[in-house]
Amino acid sequence: MKVYADCAASTPCDEAVLQAMLPYFTKEFGNAHSQHAFGRESACALDTARDTVARILGCKSNEVYFTSGGTESDNWALKGTALHRKNKGKHVIISSIEHHGILTPAEWLEQSGFRVTRLPVDNTGLVHVEDLEKYIDDQTTIVSVMYANNEVGTIQPIKELAEVAHRHGALFHTDCVQAIPYMNINVSELNVDLLTISAHKFYGPKGAGVLYVRNGVKLDKLICGGGQERSQRAGTVNVPAMVGLAKALELSRENLEKNNAYIASLRDHFEQRVEKEIPYIRQNGNKNHRIPSIANYSFEFVEGEGILMLLDFNGIAVSSGSACSSGSLDPSHVLLAMGVPIEVSHGSIRFSFGKHNTMEEVDYIVDKLKETITRLREMSPLFDLKKGGTYNV
Amino acid sequence: MYNQKVLEAFANPKNVGEIENPDGEGTVGNATCGDIMRITLRIENDVIVDAKFQTFGCAAAIATSSTATQMVIGMTVDEALQLTNARVVEELEGLPPQKIHCSVLAEEAIKKAIEDYRAKKENKPIDKSHIDYV
Repeated sequence: MKVYADCAASTPCDEAVLQAMLPYFTKEFGNAHSQHAFGRESACALDTARDTVARILGCKSNEVYFTSGGTESDNWALKGTALHRKNKGKHVIISSIEHHGILTPAEWLEQSGFRVTRLPVDNTGLVHVEDLEKYIDDQTTIVSVMYANNEVGTIQPIKELAEVAHRHGALFHTDCVQAIPYMNINVSELNVDLLTISAHKFYGPKGAGVLYVRNGVKLDKLICGGGQERSQRAGTVNVPAMVGLAKALELSRENLEKNNAYIASLRDHFEQRVEKEIPYIRQNGNKNHRIPSIANYSFEFVEGEGILMLLDFNGIAVSSGSACSSGSLDPSHVLLAMGVPIEVSHGSIRFSFGKHNTMEEVDYIVDKLKETITRLREMSPLFDLKKGGTYNV
Repeated sequence: MYNQKVLEAFANPKNVGEIENPDGEGTVGNATCGDIMRITLRIENDVIVDAKFQTFGCAAAIATSSTATQMVIGMTVDEALQLTNARVVEELEGLPPQKIHCSVLAEEAIKKAIEDYRAKKENKPIDKSHIDYV
């Protein structure tokens, strides 16, 4: 059995999305910036896609900028605003659990002489508004906090955070890459200035993203060249990808409530079984404020990579918050910020379900997970120590 | 990122467990770094006749533990002391660069277990506080 339970990493392209994209690879391939009929056809498709995104996000079409994905949008939002507003001040605030698309440019800004504050989170991964009140000052130009976290799924109080930022004359950006597949997002209701989405998290193509920029907000360009995207983001626009993004977003809105309820039922069944059948575990996240797709657990006395690989041998695709799987040897910055003990964080796994998963698949995952954990614990000297009463060496 | 030989050693590790009343035992690593390895040895006339391991760690740590224990069985303690992590990696036909440190643990655990054996042989009880975990 092959089971894909890593929807927070990527989702398969919907067939209808693929069909919508196909003509723009071969027949209607014109450069949307060309003057001739081929170009105008592409430009027309792009306009339609932009209008669809604008309608769904509740903004104007000229506030929608097409990018290569979440990371580019995040980078542009943070660096672009911080650099453009550096005469006002050189202080940037982000949360400590942001995606690397925000964390790494924040480090870059720090090295370029900016002050960066990383807001703490509580043990469920929640940013508290009081903390933003505490750290924001008149030098702060941009505050960036993700709507839903990619490892544990915790949903942040974006509207309240944006209100604090605005009161202090700062702009507010939110990375909605994980939130947009599951939440109705309206930029004016949220009252944010910049917002990031990425198509491949909601059954669209990879390499396609949007940065919403509220009219009147100025930011420095990251990519210089031709006059595409109102001269703000140079480079020939990837027309088929943006047509796909708009189609996928439209489809995801049509069945939002139904899909959310179904995915949540899969996750709840998974969690009930795991919590009942596997001892010495820790659930990571906030059970009251979270997207329906993610379940994150730490399995004590074992290491995440081993779990991931044994599950992979059984055809199950999940993600390890642990270090060893990615090149870097540090454990997840999200779990550490939440206060998960470092030795426990090493044994953490993110399961993220989607609309294609079935109850049968969920049961299969739990069955194989139980075997895997038992097997690795039999190998673990820590588990022996636990039985003997001491925890660590 | 792992080759077939490493995957095989991880999927079907040999010599898992611990020897009761071992002639030598060594534990290295710490949980914070995400790697702990414990090796127990049965030694007769200075020849290692059995070796078992318990490992908390990634796939590379488990694969190198298994391979290192297989390699030392049949060696004299002097020969086993010469075993380097490079030899263990060679036996596994290579590890990704960021995983090489995992193979160092196996070498160290074996050395520690042999030191323990020698200390016991000389009837000197080993002072546990002197074991420094890497």
